[in-house]
Amino acid sequence: MDIAEERAQEWRVNLRNQMKAKERTDIPRVHMPELDPVYRSHTRLEEVNLGLTPEMAMQEAKRCLDCANPTCMQGCPVGIYIPKFVKQIETGDFGGAAKTLKETSALPAVCGRVCPQEKQCESQCIHTKMKKEAVAIGHLERFAADYERESGNISVPEIAPSNGIKIAVVGSGPAGLSFAGDMAKYGYDVTVFEALHEIGGVLKYGIPEFRLPNAIVDVEINNLRAIGVKFINNCIVGKTLTINDLKQDGFQGIFVGSGAGLPRFMNIQGENLVGIMSSNEYLTRVNLMDAASEDSDTPVFMGKKVAVIGGGNTAMDSVRTARRLGAERAMIVYRRSEEEMPARLEEVKHAKEEGIEFMTLRNPVKYIGNEQGRVTQMILQVMELGEPDASGRRSPVEVPGKTETLDVDEVIVSVGVSPNPLIPHSVEGLEVTKWGTIAVNNDTMQTDIPMIFAGGDIVRGGATVILAMGDGRKAAASMHKWIQNRDQLVADNC
Amino acid sequence: MNKIISKEYFSDNVVKLEVEAPLIAKSRKAGHFVMVKVGEKGERIPLTIADADQQKGTITLVVQKMGVSSTKLCDLNEGDFITDMVGPLGKATHIENFGTVVCACGGVGTAPMLPIAAALKKAGNKVVTIIAARTKELIILEEQMRQHSDEVIIMTDDGSYGNKGLVTNGIEDVIKREKVDLCVTIGPAIMMKFVSLLTKKYNIPTVASLNTIMVDGTGMCGACRVTVGGKTKFVCVDGPEFDAHQVDFDEMLMRLGGYKDIEREELEKMKCASGARP
Ligand SMILES: Cc1cc2nc3c(=O)[nH]c(=O)nc-3n(C[C@H](O)[C@H](O)[C@H](O)COP(=O)(O)OP(=O)(O)OC[C@H]3O[C@@H](n4cnc5c(N)ncnc54)[C@H](O)[C@@H]3O)c2cc1C
Ligand SMILES: Cc1cc2nc3c(=O)[nH]c(=O)nc-3n(C[C@H](O)[C@H](O)[C@H](O)COP(=O)(O)OP(=O)(O)OC[C@H]3O[C@@H](n4cnc5c(N)ncnc54)[C@H](O)[C@@H]3O)c2cc1C
Ligand code: FES
Repeated sequence: MDIAEERAQEWRVNLRNQMKAKERTDIPRVHMPELDPVYRSHTRLEEVNLGLTPEMAMQEAKRCLDCANPTCMQGCPVGIYIPKFVKQIETGDFGGAAKTLKETSALPAVCGRVCPQEKQCESQCIHTKMKKEAVAIGHLERFAADYERESGNISVPEIAPSNGIKIAVVGSGPAGLSFAGDMAKYGYDVTVFEALHEIGGVLKYGIPEFRLPNAIVDVEINNLRAIGVKFINNCIVGKTLTINDLKQDGFQGIFVGSGAGLPRFMNIQGENLVGIMSSNEYLTRVNLMDAASEDSDTPVFMGKKVAVIGGGNTAMDSVRTARRLGAERAMIVYRRSEEEMPARLEEVKHAKEEGIEFMTLRNPVKYIGNEQGRVTQMILQVMELGEPDASGRRSPVEVPGKTETLDVDEVIVSVGVSPNPLIPHSVEGLEVTKWGTIAVNNDTMQTDIPMIFAGGDIVRGGATVILAMGDGRKAAASMHKWIQNRDQLVADNC
Repeated sequence: MNKIISKEYFSDNVVKLEVEAPLIAKSRKAGHFVMVKVGEKGERIPLTIADADQQKGTITLVVQKMGVSSTKLCDLNEGDFITDMVGPLGKATHIENFGTVVCACGGVGTAPMLPIAAALKKAGNKVVTIIAARTKELIILEEQMRQHSDEVIIMTDDGSYGNKGLVTNGIEDVIKREKVDLCVTIGPAIMMKFVSLLTKKYNIPTVASLNTIMVDGTGMCGACRVTVGGKTKFVCVDGPEFDAHQVDFDEMLMRLGGYKDIEREELEKMKCASGARP
């Protein structure tokens, strides 16, 4: 059924007619219940957002006008049937809503929590055109996915009979997981290889518990196990096993979702002082190694005056973690203004409520340490906004001669990541762009080596969970087609 | 999970473990290391692959008790499992016939030197190994080193065994005695710093294998970064071996000390918990 046919179904028409559009738009947007800011800035593991109640969700769903031309869907990178699932929530059919989400999204409980909805679906909502707040699509997505999970009635996808063809996946982030899920549904024998000891990629080692509990990611991983996907951790493709080893082991297709794991530094004076680290190191220690727990062997600095350089989600996660680990001053240092910050709006709001200081239009130029080599101060260059640059954001320029000195005892550098070079370096003949990402055909996600497909951050540089997931699904569909065509050719020639 | 096939004590504080790891055994080369984690809440620590047996599918680790994590590993027994192990990591040692090579190792550096000395010897080099320690009890792996070296020189600070003096005294004696084509050094950063200063004076190419603090060991975090020739490098992927004359050892020393206080506390805690007097 296409979108128009779905919309013309009797239950949708009846539902639309139950309320006038004006009545719907007059309902104020739901507020996500959340933990008290003072309490939560000292608790590391409790999720900030508590989730909507069924009543709240049904009320919020009423706000949706069920537009004939649902522009929200165009804002969604994977084209979720947004009005359909929202209207299912309005009728109380929460299980049905979850099912609708899963038709296009492999990880709705994750995306409902971490997608930048205000830049995607919600930015296109009809309400925003009427200068009203958008329907809380992200909150509703999370609600439906959580409801299904908590009900214990998880709909098991239909699985095609096994075709015995072995497929390898490199990396267990959202790209790899969604690819693996779809291939298993098509009937393939899928094995996911992960370099770290934990499955989940950034969802586990990067994004903190207070924003995305590990338990939620684990449910998704267990669902994949239930449909036959195998996971092998502690295995680096390109080191422990080569792509050639995989071929020899009979793997007929390989999907690379190895992420953008390489931290960038700024190469400024004093950056290697003790107490200065990448957000990857900081978050890995705290999230993957659980370093802040008493019983963990991994140490982590618990600074009192912590500066985090950057304005993205990773910077917000780091600074809020530092606050939770006891920082009296937890500060964001960002070279542009708040308006240009790439972080999700909600993270910025939550950070502010938790007492994070925002030092915008500041850029570090030098670090100063004590005799032990520990960082004690940083010199900040004051910036102002100049002309818009290629990305359309106004680019920061130095205010000549204007610097400030800031006392710090820990600095977390969060100025971006580069593609993980391991696979690009270890596979001969694989086409790599000048940015170090793997080059693919954008329609199929196939690389110039036919049996290798790739997606997620290793193709896009740093991107988002939903885009990585979308890539994984697209790659699965086209690899499936590629294998079918290939087998057809072989059959024709016999 | 990797099973420990055999365990042997080289001394009270140094243990040799043979561990099941067929894939790593197949792909490793001299100079490669693995990351090892003991227990669910364990730390990931780097350890050099001292040897491998492809037929048996095992690798050998030689571990010296330093702090919590290495002690936990040394306390495992035959038949126990190592919770997590990944590798082989790092760049393999560049092995060729250089001529005469001095392998200068001290303290924690003796274990990782073993496979390098063995590979150099196999490639036809004359290998002169110098093992240095504060005192006799701390000299380890002497026997094993003898098997892979043309000569082994022992140096102790207090003269309780071998020659009295520092590792640098030992190296200088060799340099004065014969032409040295390459020096390889592994040990405490302070030792490598002085080895490097010495060989620079004599213009002898020197490779240092750096044992920085690591977290993932795969290039993901930057905890292991050092400055080499004015540029920041990640020891786990760009190393662990570098041209010693280009390494900023002072910075490395400073960074190694970063977690000392926390580590000391952890060790005290572990000792208290296990009933031993701190
Ligand atoms: C702290 C943080 C917060 C973020 N917050 C958000 C957010 O709020 N919203 C959002 O949409 N996005 C967010 N992102 C970005 C998002 O997480 C990434 O875009 C997404 O995870 C990319 O998915 P991926 O599957 O491509 O790679 P990853 O999630 O990076 O997974 C790649 C996996 O591959 C493994 N691997 C790499 N090389 C090999 C190899 N050779 N062999 C085996 N395994 C290998 C890695 O260990 C890793 O587990 C955030 C990122 C970070 C770091
Ligand atoms: C590439 C590489 C290969 C290595 N190979 C081996 C090996 O084959 N066998 C082996 O026994 N060890 C090896 N090491 C060192 C080993 O990883 C450390 O001894 C171990 O991480 C210490 O952990 P811990 O928790 O037991 O001690 P910690 O509690 O971390 O440290 C205890 C004390 O030792 C000091 N220390 C910690 N790490 C080092 C270090 N790397 N060098 C010097 N002093 C240190 C600390 O400052 C502290 O005073 C290697 C290190 C690297 C980077
Ligand atoms: S140990 Fe993390 S980058 Fe080297």
